[in-house]
Order: sequence, then C-alpha cells, then structure tokens
Amino acid sequence: MGNVLSIILQRLALGLLTLLIVSIVIFVAVNMLPGDFAELILGQGATPEAVKSIREDLGLDQSLVSRYFGWLGGMLTGDLGTSFAQLNFQTNMGGGAGKTVAQQIAPRFANTMFLAMVTAAIAVPVAVTLGILAALYRNTIFDRAANIFTLSSISSPEFFMAYVLILFLAVLNPILPSLSNIYDGMAFSDRLNKSLLPALTLTLVVTAHMMRMTRAAIINLLASPYIEMARLKGMSPMRVIVKHALPNALAPIINVVALNLAYLITGVVVVEVVFVYPGIGQLFVDSVKIRDIPVVQACCLIFAAAYILLNLTADIMSILSNPRLRHPK
Amino acid sequence: MSFVINTIICLAVIAGAAWAFRRLGQYGTANAPQYRDMPFGVAFGYVLALVVLVWLALAYVASLSSDTAVANKFFFLGVAINGFILFSIAAWLFRMFGCHVGTQRTRKLFRAMPLTASFGVMIILIYAILAIFAPVIAPYGQDEILQGVAANIIPGGDPALGGDPAFPLGTDQIGRDIMSRLIYGAQNTVGIAFATTLLAFFIGGSLGFLAAVVGGWTDQVLSRGVDVLMAIPSLIFALLLMTIASVWSARLGIPLTVFMVLIIAVIDSTRVFRLARAVGQNIVVMDYIEAAKLRGEGMWYLVFREILPNATAPLLAEFGLRFCFVFLTIAALSFLGVGIQPPLADWGTMVRDSAAFINYAQFAPKAALTPLLAAGAIALLTVAVNFVVDWMLHRSSGLKE
Amino acid sequence: MTDTLLEICGLKLEGRFDEKWNPIINGVDLTLKKGEVLGLIGESGAGKSTLGLAAMGFCRDGVRISAGTVKFDGIDLLTASAAVKRGLLGKRIAYVAQSAAASFNPAHRIIDQHVEGPTQHGVMSRAESEADGMALYEKLRLPDPEQIGFRYPHQVSGGQLQRAMTAMAMACRPDLIIFDEPTTALDVTTQIEVLASIRDIVKDFNTAAIYITHDLAGVAQMADRIKVLLKGDEVETADTRTMLSHPTQEYTKSLWAVRSFERPLKSPVVAGAVPVVSVQNIDAAYGKAKVLHDVSFDMYEGRTVAVVGESGSGKSTVARCITGLLPPMTGQISFGGEVMPADYRKRTKDQLRQVQMIYQMADTALNPRMSIGEIIARPVQFYLGLTGKAKRARVDALLEQIELEPFEYYDRLPSELSGGQKQRIGIARALAAEPKFIICDEVTSALDQLVAEGILRLLAKLQDELKLSYMFITHDLATVRAIADEVVVMKDGRVVEAGPKKEMFTPPHHPYTDLLLSSVPEMDPDWLTNLLQERGVDNIGDAAVGKM
Repeated sequence: MGNVLSIILQRLALGLLTLLIVSIVIFVAVNMLPGDFAELILGQGATPEAVKSIREDLGLDQSLVSRYFGWLGGMLTGDLGTSFAQLNFQTNMGGGAGKTVAQQIAPRFANTMFLAMVTAAIAVPVAVTLGILAALYRNTIFDRAANIFTLSSISSPEFFMAYVLILFLAVLNPILPSLSNIYDGMAFSDRLNKSLLPALTLTLVVTAHMMRMTRAAIINLLASPYIEMARLKGMSPMRVIVKHALPNALAPIINVVALNLAYLITGVVVVEVVFVYPGIGQLFVDSVKIRDIPVVQACCLIFAAAYILLNLTADIMSILSNPRLRHPK
Repeated sequence: MSFVINTIICLAVIAGAAWAFRRLGQYGTANAPQYRDMPFGVAFGYVLALVVLVWLALAYVASLSSDTAVANKFFFLGVAINGFILFSIAAWLFRMFGCHVGTQRTRKLFRAMPLTASFGVMIILIYAILAIFAPVIAPYGQDEILQGVAANIIPGGDPALGGDPAFPLGTDQIGRDIMSRLIYGAQNTVGIAFATTLLAFFIGGSLGFLAAVVGGWTDQVLSRGVDVLMAIPSLIFALLLMTIASVWSARLGIPLTVFMVLIIAVIDSTRVFRLARAVGQNIVVMDYIEAAKLRGEGMWYLVFREILPNATAPLLAEFGLRFCFVFLTIAALSFLGVGIQPPLADWGTMVRDSAAFINYAQFAPKAALTPLLAAGAIALLTVAVNFVVDWMLHRSSGLKE
Repeated sequence: MTDTLLEICGLKLEGRFDEKWNPIINGVDLTLKKGEVLGLIGESGAGKSTLGLAAMGFCRDGVRISAGTVKFDGIDLLTASAAVKRGLLGKRIAYVAQSAAASFNPAHRIIDQHVEGPTQHGVMSRAESEADGMALYEKLRLPDPEQIGFRYPHQVSGGQLQRAMTAMAMACRPDLIIFDEPTTALDVTTQIEVLASIRDIVKDFNTAAIYITHDLAGVAQMADRIKVLLKGDEVETADTRTMLSHPTQEYTKSLWAVRSFERPLKSPVVAGAVPVVSVQNIDAAYGKAKVLHDVSFDMYEGRTVAVVGESGSGKSTVARCITGLLPPMTGQISFGGEVMPADYRKRTKDQLRQVQMIYQMADTALNPRMSIGEIIARPVQFYLGLTGKAKRARVDALLEQIELEPFEYYDRLPSELSGGQKQRIGIARALAAEPKFIICDEVTSALDQLVAEGILRLLAKLQDELKLSYMFITHDLATVRAIADEVVVMKDGRVVEAGPKKEMFTPPHHPYTDLLLSSVPEMDPDWLTNLLQERGVDNIGDAAVGKM
C-alpha cells in the first residue's frame, strides 16, 4: 500500500506544481498587455490624477515579481481583487467600495457548479450504459446508428445543439423555459426546471464523447484473452460482463468520466451565454468583451484549477483501481 | 410531470411489445437460432426503432398538413427528414459517380467506401468549391448593404410574405443578402480555420518529431511546456489571450483575426505535438531507423525519408480532427463576439445576430430557419469531416489485423 | 456406445479480412477417442488455432464456420443452443491458452478464477474446489501449492501461470482439453517442465486432448497421433511413431529433414591470427541496471561465433555494444586489431560500413514505405558512392546473390513479400555495405522451419564466398549445431562457457550448458521420459537452475 500512497502523493504534488506554473502563465499573459492598466480602465482621456490614484490602488508601481506574489497570495486567501468595471465606477463617480471580484464570482460559481452537477447526473449514467451497450452489440445496426448519432453531436457546435433544443422543447412544444433566469432563494424544483435545457444541451455534447470513449475502452477490454477464457469456461454473458469485464473496466470508465467532466468546463461557457444562465462562464465572456482584466484572470484560474483537479482525480482513480499497483509483488 | 409519466408508459408498452415480438419469432420460425438466442435488449431495440420510424413517418405526414398550426409544429422535422433523404440520395449518386469515373485507384477507393464517408467527401468538395469561388458564386458582396430593400429574413423569396425572389434566403436586419453572406462565410470561416490548422500542424508537427528524434533534454523541456499549456482548457485560454490581443490589435492596427489565427494555432499545436511525438517515437524504435542511424545517416534523411513517410496516415486523420476542433473553436469565439470581426461575413456571428428569430418558430417557422442555416452550415462540415476521418481510422485499424 | 469423443466432419472456416470472407480451413476431418492425445502441427497461418477453437464450437470475431459439423459426444456443437454449449464449455471441454499471463484476469486471484468453473457448473462447492485446486497445483509441481492460488496473476511467473491454467482447465475433470501452443511463449528450460507436467496430468486423468503447436519435438513427447496441417488443408495423419519414422507426404518429410542441416567442421583458428572483431572485458548497463559483466571473446575471418543464452542473458546487449548503440562502461571493442570508438556517432563512415546487422523481425527492419530497390540501393550509394546505372547493376547483383529475381522484386514494397523474402532483403542490405563482419540477431527465430533452413543455407554460402565473419545470436541450439564454428554461452550477463562447437557438444559441460543442451526437445517420443528419469523428477527446471 505504501507504494500506491507514494505514487498518489507524487501526482498530487505534480498537480499543485502544474497549477502554480499555470498561474504564472496566466499572470505573465495578462501583463503582456501594452501600456498601463490605468489607461485601460479610464480610457485615453483620463486625468493624470485619476490615473495616478488607480496606479497606486492596483500597486502598479511595484515590480512584476512582487505583484505576482501579491496576486497569488490574494488568490489563496480568497481576495481576487476589484474588477475594473467597479473601479472605474468608483473612481469616476466617487462613492463607496463596490463588489469585489470574489463577491461577483462566488454566487455565479455556485450556479455553474449546479449546472455541471445536473449535467453529470444525467450524462454519466446514460453515456456509460449506452457505451457498454454499443460495445456489446458492436457492428450491429444499433451500434452504427449510435456511431452516426454521436459523431454528429460531437461535430455540432454547442450553440447549434442549444438552439435546436430550444426550438423543439421550448418554442414548438413549450415544455421547458428557454431562459435560465436563476436568482438566489429560488425553490429547488424551479431552479432545476430552469437549468434543465442548458443541462440537456451539455448532456448531448458530453454524452456523445463519453459514450464513444466508453465504447472504445470496453471493446478494447472485451478483446483481451481473459474475457475469451471466461467465455470458454462456459460462463454466462452476464457473468462475463459483471465479474470479468467490469472490475477491469472501472479504471478506463472513471478516466473517461473525469476527462469529459473536464471537457464540460469549456462547453459551459457557450451554453451559459445562449441561455443567459448567470454562471461563471457568462461572467467570463462579458469580462473578456469589456477587458475587465482582474475578473478574466480570476475566472481563468478557477477554470484551470477545476480542469487540473478533474484530470488529477482521473489519474488517481486509475492508479487505485489497478490491481498490479494495489497488490505489488 | 405528465411528460415523464407518458414516457414511462411508452417504454413499458414497448417492453411488452418486445417480449411479444421475440415470442412470436420463436413460435413462427420453429425456434430458429436468431430468435432463440436473442437477448431481450435486442428485441427491445428493434421495437423501439420501429416505433421511432413510425412516429417520424407520421410527423412527416403531419408536416404536409393543410392546417397551418399542425404543419408549423412539424415543419422542422419535415425539413430534417427531407434533408436526410436528399443528402442520402446525393451521397449515393456521388458514390456511384466515383465508382465509374476516375483512375483505377480512386474507383477502388469509392467502391469500398461506406455511404457516410462518401457523404463526407461530397460535402467537403462542395464546401471547398464554395470557399474558393465565393466571389464568383455569390450574387452580392458580403458587406454590401442593398439600398431600398426591405429587411426580410424569411427564406424562400415569396412576395406574398414580403420577400423578393432576388434574395432567395432573404436579407438581414441591415439589408444584406443572406445567401451571399453564407457563401462568403464558407470562404472566411473555413479558410481561416484551414490556415490555422495548417499553422498548428507546422508548429506542433515539427516540434513533435524533433522531440521524438532527439530525445533527452529537448524532449523533456518541450513535453513539460506542452503539459502546462494543456492544463488550461483551450477555449478559456483562447478567450484570455484574445482579450489581450484585442488591446494590441487596436494599438498596432493589425486585424484581430490575425491574432486569433496565431493564438488558436499555438494552443492547438500542443495537441499536434503530443500526437506527432507519440507517432514519431513509435517509428524511432523501429529497427530500420536503427539501421539508418548505424549507417551514419544525418538527421535530415532520418526525418524526411524514414520517419515522415510512415507518419502520414495517422497525421492525416489527426489533421481532419484538429480542423474540426479549430473550426468549432473559431465558430464559438465568433458566436461569443470575440472571433472573426465584421465586416467579414462568418457563420458564428450570423448565428448570434439572428438567434432571436428562433422564438417566432411557432407562428413563422421559416423565420427561425435563418440562424439554424448558419449553425447548420458549421455542423454539416464538421460532421462531414468526422465521417471521413472515422472511415480513415477504421480502415487503417482494419489493415493492422 | 462408441468411444469416439469428438468428431469433426468437413469443417470449413472463413476469416474476414481485406473486406471479404477468405477461407482459413478448407474442409478438415478429425476424430478423437476418449483419453487420446492428438497433436495438431502446422506453420504459423496454417489455421490450427482457429481449428482448435472451432472444436469447441467457438469462433472469434471475424471468423465464421461455413460448412461441416462438430460433434462432441453426440451433441452437435454448431447447432446447439447457447445454453447447452455453456453447459459443456469449462465442464466437459476445457481450453488452455497460449499466453497464460494475458488469459488470467488481472483483477482476481488465481484460486478465485480456478473455482469459478466448478462452482458455476455445480460440480463442486467452493471449499471442495479450493482443496482440489491445491491438490492439482501440487500434482503440477507448482512451488508452495497451498499459497500460490491466493496470489494475483501478475505476482506469479509465466511458466507457473501456464501450469496454473492447466490446473484450471482440469478443475471440472473435463473429457477434452484443447492446448493452444501452451509452451511457445516460455524459455527452453521452463518449457520442458511445463511440458512434463501437462503430459503427466493428462495421462493420469485419462483426458483426451488436442495439442496445437508448431514445435515438432514437443508434440512428439505429448501426442498419440499427429495431424499435419498446411495452409488450411490436412497433409496427413498418423500414429506418432509411424509419423516420425515413415512420413509419407513430401511436405512432412521436408519438415523432418530440416533438423539434418549441419555444416562441416572447420579447422581450428590459426594461432596468432588477428581477430576481425575482439570484445575485450566489457561491462555495460542500462541506466543503473548492470547487464554485462566482464564479457570477452574474439571472432575470426570466415567463421561464425554463436552467442547462446536465454532471454535476459545479455546476448543482444553485446551486439548493441559492438555496434556502438550502447557504449560500454569499461572495456573496448577492436576491429582488425584497432580499437573502435565506443559510440557509433564517433565512428568513421568506413568503420560503420565494416559492421553490419541483420535483425530478428524483418517486418520492423525494413521501411514499409520504401521499395526493395531503394532499401538496398541506399547503402550502395551512401558508402560506395555509386549512382545511376552502376548503382542499379550493383543492386541487381545483390538481389541475385540472395536468390531473388531482380526484375520481379526491385519495385516491390516489403509488405508484398513473405517473411523469408523480407529476411533475405535484410541480408542484401547488410551485404550492400560490403562489410567484413555481420551480426545476425535471432534471424531465424521468427520464421517457419523450412524458411529458416533456407536462410541458414544462404548465410553459409555467402560466408564461404565472401569470407564474412558472423556473430550469430540465438537461443535455439539446433541453429547453433547447424551453423556455428565457435560457441559462447551466456547467462545473467556473463560468459559461462566458450570454445569450438565440437567441445561444446561433447561432455563435460558447465552445468548451465548441460541444462540448456538437455532441454532441447528431440524428435524421439521417448526423449522426455528418458530425460526425466535421468534427471530425477524433482531435478528439472526451476530446481535445477536454482542449484547452480
């Protein structure tokens, strides 16, 4: 067991290191902006005093390295800074402290997590079941139809899927609402109802990926000699699957699931925009458009962290389910 | 709630029918093996497929109904079914054509081709022609605002609905011909995506082979760098870099599209690097490479004469997949408003601009076609490329056995 | 009730490749009596494994039975329902696969997989079956039979797994076992203990068996009757002793004859002659793992040195040191009396030219995207600077030298050639450099016996014509006997014994050489029995190696 533990610790350390380097990459990328943040915030016609005050507020008079550590420290303690939009508002209009980035992001982050979880709850069981079925009945009509369907849905842009679903499930047959105006203190069932259409869109895209990968993993597995051996020992098809294939399929399936949840992160951005879902993805896109650097930076780091975490989970799960590592020689 | 209950009842009825179907099969064929050993799931699948087909047929009939309320409701299904049948026939004819025209090799290729792949090849050819000859084919310019033409997004050019036969797909809110913009979209969106993929392949491919052949420190540094870049979700990273690029583009006066091509190419080249390195490494361990090294051959000979010719098949398939990915990323960026910039016509932007018309589908189904046309144009090409790539991969994996 | 157990009539099998169904087996008949062992012999691609599975009523994906019947104890396996077949498989018909390591499920312990058959078929309870499993392990001479079952497959060695799989096949005391090349993946010394334990247990339980193999000597020990297959057709069937002593068909005769090729002995090396290549006190390591310890030997003009050893003995590493791919830690390689740089990148073009190599797997040794002509022409142009017509003439001459028609083969791709032809192209490419010294790394082990024999004869002829010296790396002592002048025996990275071939094949030997020599199966049905008596039952395999 000690062996496995040390491998997992190693992976965790590697994940942390990656995250650290990613934070540097993001920070450096943002600092490649020409000129000065202060000008960016206030526009060309700003008064020198206003520029100066913003510069001091942002600590732009310090060196790059000390700014990085300041930013990183802030990130770790939950202080994500103040958005340019808010800062601009304060500086030009006077008035008290507005919302910080953390205050802006927190509720939206929760919303996005909710959407991701609803999607996962639908997509994972459906995709894994269909993937296993497609592998079992491979090269049948069912498998070919599933192949064409999944290929098409992978190939379609998310917004196409979203509009097709809106068309059929919201406009032509008014079953679900097409706008996801979610707010605090909403009843759970209402919230679910409003998130269902974006969740279904994401499900369609993610399911297709997950199903194809599950199918490939299972087919790979079913081709192994020990499955043939189990069949030649006269075991029933059910027993071959449950007893012989499944314990070995667990690692690849977990891997597939985690990888696709990571993929969800990208999909969430477009889908949130289509459905006007108040999640972190929409905030991110809005901030990109108005070049609100602190928000973009923070969102980017959160997305990257989630992505790395999911990949790390996949990695560790597959280590844990490998009998060669669990029972060393 | 009633929707859920209905679904459950339907499934239960189908399950019962499946059981009956298998029983009848066994009884009718005197226990022939195909019914005797049929798992319940397979029987269920047959009945389910039958139910779906019958429903589609009924929906198709309903879409032709004279009652506009009913016809409107099934209009899109009707369009989809018509499209499916039309494309299937076209693909079949195209394959027939390919089987009888051309060199010995292409004929043989077409004969072994499944219908999905020939559909893909056909669509890719059509898009290529549209993209190359867009200025010749398109009746109007992509940013030409037609004076004195009422905006009418309803396709069909039916004067009864306020349309004009000169604009078969209608005109957009500010009076530009939608068909011309769709055709120019092929040139802009596809062309830019193609150029980006080429650039990504050039960067990723050359670095990947370099890492595979040289190994050691070069390989370590390049691979770790790529690991870090790949730890950031690509669309997110692209959006971040586009934010910064937009400032630079304003300052330097270079179009944002140029930055976009560079940014996406670099991000995507990481995936190409991984594949090229893996393929390269598989080839480098071959004995014929060892033989060439021991002969004293130089690096240039090794890469271009020994390695590259053996890497073309997997790289070509990857090129198709990467093209789809780049194409979708660019479409997504444009849809979000930070990709290809006006006045260039492009499909992602067109979807965004006309998305609101979807909500009129109930009363004026044709109005909702406009955003779907552009989105569908994107989907159609990626589906086509994916079908071809799927077939290529299938073929190359089949040859190994 | 007759005593016929299995009856196959006019069985035809087809496989799906190149997008169509192609025949694999074209109508084979086979009958097997209770308790009889039938050996099924054929070269690779003869369709024997497919036939073995079809005897169980089983087809892999992409294979189908197009005609014929398979009757097991009166039950037609091809028309029986899936449930009836499941009742027979594992219980009355069992299977032992070629690679035990891949055929055991890595997620379960060995004993759990062992008891699965008996408990699921309702033959025994779990406790009974476990006890029976341990008894079988003991009978098959597995070490620590009480405990070994509680390990996971990856914790047990290949030879032991193969025996555990035989035990698993025996678990329900079936009437018939299909053995599909059970010893092919094992080392020589392990091979014979597995062979012996399989033979004993089949005899003890009076189980009928079909023993599929390409190893003639092995099957001679096992089978009562032998059936020879060639490209999906039966060549002949006969009682083992009759088959060995009086084969009737030309093909069978030629199979037997392979073993008779042996080159005449050469006179000893002239004292004081300068060796072509001399390996002097080499130590080498991969990273931290040291794989060669103080290896020295000399190779002389026009002679063949065979380097013999099992996998992991370091024989291929010596070749890598000589070619300069793996510079040794200490020691040196000299060529014609001059010390060569250790790293191939530091050698001159001429030094590289003098040492050529022929590889084991011709498939990976030839660039699949180059034509035969290009492959051979490259060293001609690279080393000798020939171009145009002179180059073409030289390539044609080389093709003639390796007995291939130049006009026919010049433009072909490697994939259009057979295994033996590809190996000949490998030889031509080595010859094109006009070297003095060629390393042959297991050049015949991937080939069928007849083809391998052709390659050996060609190499011998070329040596006489061109005064080449060979370093012949092999694990097969029959090849050594055929072609070597001097022999170097290696074990665990050390030279155990070295000397002229005549000395090597006459006692007294180093104990390891002895073990190697005696483990080579002979074409005598009594060989294994005699050997076991000679060694004493406990003294085979693991035990014998462990004592040294």
